[in-house]
Amino acid sequence: MTDFVIVGAGECGARAAFALRDRGFDGTITLIGSETHLPYERPPLSKDALVAGAGPKLVAEAERYGEAGIALVCGRTVASIDRAGRRVVLSDGAAFPYDRLLLATGARPRALPGAPFSAGRIRALRSHDDAVAIRGHLSRGSHVAILGGGFIGLELAASARRLGATVTLLEGLPRILTRGVPVEIAGRVAERHAAEGVEILCGATVAAVEETPGEVRVRLSDGRVVPASLLVVGIGAIPNAELAAAAGLAVDNGIAVDGHLRTSDPDIFAAGDCTSYPLPLYGGRRVRLESWRNAQEQGILAAANMLGGDEPASAVPWFWSDQYDLTLQIAGLADDAAQTVRRDMGEGAFILFHLAADGRLIAASGIGPGNAVARDIRLAEMLIAAGVRANPADLASPDTKLKKLLAA
Amino acid sequence: MSDNWIEVCDAGEIDEEDVIRFDHDGRTFAIYRSPEDTYHATDGLCTHEKIHLADGLVMDNIIECPKHNGRFDYKTGEAKGAPVCINLRTYPVKVESGTVFISIS
Repeated sequence: MTDFVIVGAGECGARAAFALRDRGFDGTITLIGSETHLPYERPPLSKDALVAGAGPKLVAEAERYGEAGIALVCGRTVASIDRAGRRVVLSDGAAFPYDRLLLATGARPRALPGAPFSAGRIRALRSHDDAVAIRGHLSRGSHVAILGGGFIGLELAASARRLGATVTLLEGLPRILTRGVPVEIAGRVAERHAAEGVEILCGATVAAVEETPGEVRVRLSDGRVVPASLLVVGIGAIPNAELAAAAGLAVDNGIAVDGHLRTSDPDIFAAGDCTSYPLPLYGGRRVRLESWRNAQEQGILAAANMLGGDEPASAVPWFWSDQYDLTLQIAGLADDAAQTVRRDMGEGAFILFHLAADGRLIAASGIGPGNAVARDIRLAEMLIAAGVRANPADLASPDTKLKKLLAA
Repeated sequence: MSDNWIEVCDAGEIDEEDVIRFDHDGRTFAIYRSPEDTYHATDGLCTHEKIHLADGLVMDNIIECPKHNGRFDYKTGEAKGAPVCINLRTYPVKVESGTVFISIS
């Protein structure tokens, strides 16, 4: 019997487990996760889990694991990988042998130096339990301070306003969403938050955080003090690569894998948030993506390659964020853009197309109400993958169907 | 059955390889025109997170949800893999004298 073990029971690990069965694997599959919940999707944690108190949105119902013959080991932690003995060892001493191993260990929230996360009023938002704890502090009359103007912080701000809480969002840089989001779109997001009553303070440097039983006080270096019932820190995530590093696997901003998600040990694969991999579309530069879709796609891809497949990790990076009725979607990486073309689409929706110096479309960033930009961003993703050199005038005109450019 | 046919739109109102939304009696549907110029109908909302499929992308026989890229064969309703696992319900469609009808009994 062949034994496959997956460490990490989030979106990525769970999708990989089912994908192994879908592709006909008939050995054992053991899926090990440190949370006590069944594997669930994380995007709702900043939205429905907060606003509506929704329970975990499961990747699959409990019975499907049994039906698929997936042994789910929840609430237990892997302590080490014994590569010589080809087994993973848990912190409680149990061990699982493997012929092939997938590391889908995810990432964990970065803490603010000097202000560690607490069980009280200094929180992160990563797990369902985090969402439940934060929701307990969000109500009309409460005041939440959010550190970090990235997607987590901004989605949390929108949800907190929905619940009637007062929100102060602190961002250290001169604007919100500096990472991967064009300034025009960040501006649109900031305007909307301001209209909803969120106070956004950019260029805010935290000097100290003081937690008392009744409140948390964020002291800024310019002397301002933000008193709040809760501080949520959303300043990025750290890949959970320690297990891999301790086992002697290559680590480079996450567990370093090749273009087929293999680590430096050919029997060990890695996928999802914990993984850095070379992206051929962008000159082979090594990236680590923290997104739901990447976790899902890489989990499925890793499963195929664990079974001897030869499928490259070549997907165009793609992510989205929902705040109020606005959806922002981005496909590709815009860093090397030489030219940007704007397409206005009605209802205030617009897309920015980012072109490389040679005219290739390399990224598209859109924002609008509901799913106004979704179809065109999806088509842009396909244009990017195909390496299409699009005429800027065609991209700018909402009357030009992107599907036609794809066929051309 | 024949008295359950509901008029949707003129056949020309849907582009080839495209989809529109159709609401009727508190329910919402997605009406498709395939590249082969046939017409089809399914429930309007994706079975994953209740997002309207009419904002999605039609490629050949596939409708892709605009939110999370769940894919369905809109001719059969079959879910085509993660994140969707529940099939879409489909409905009979006919075109008569240039008008599209759906049967939603």
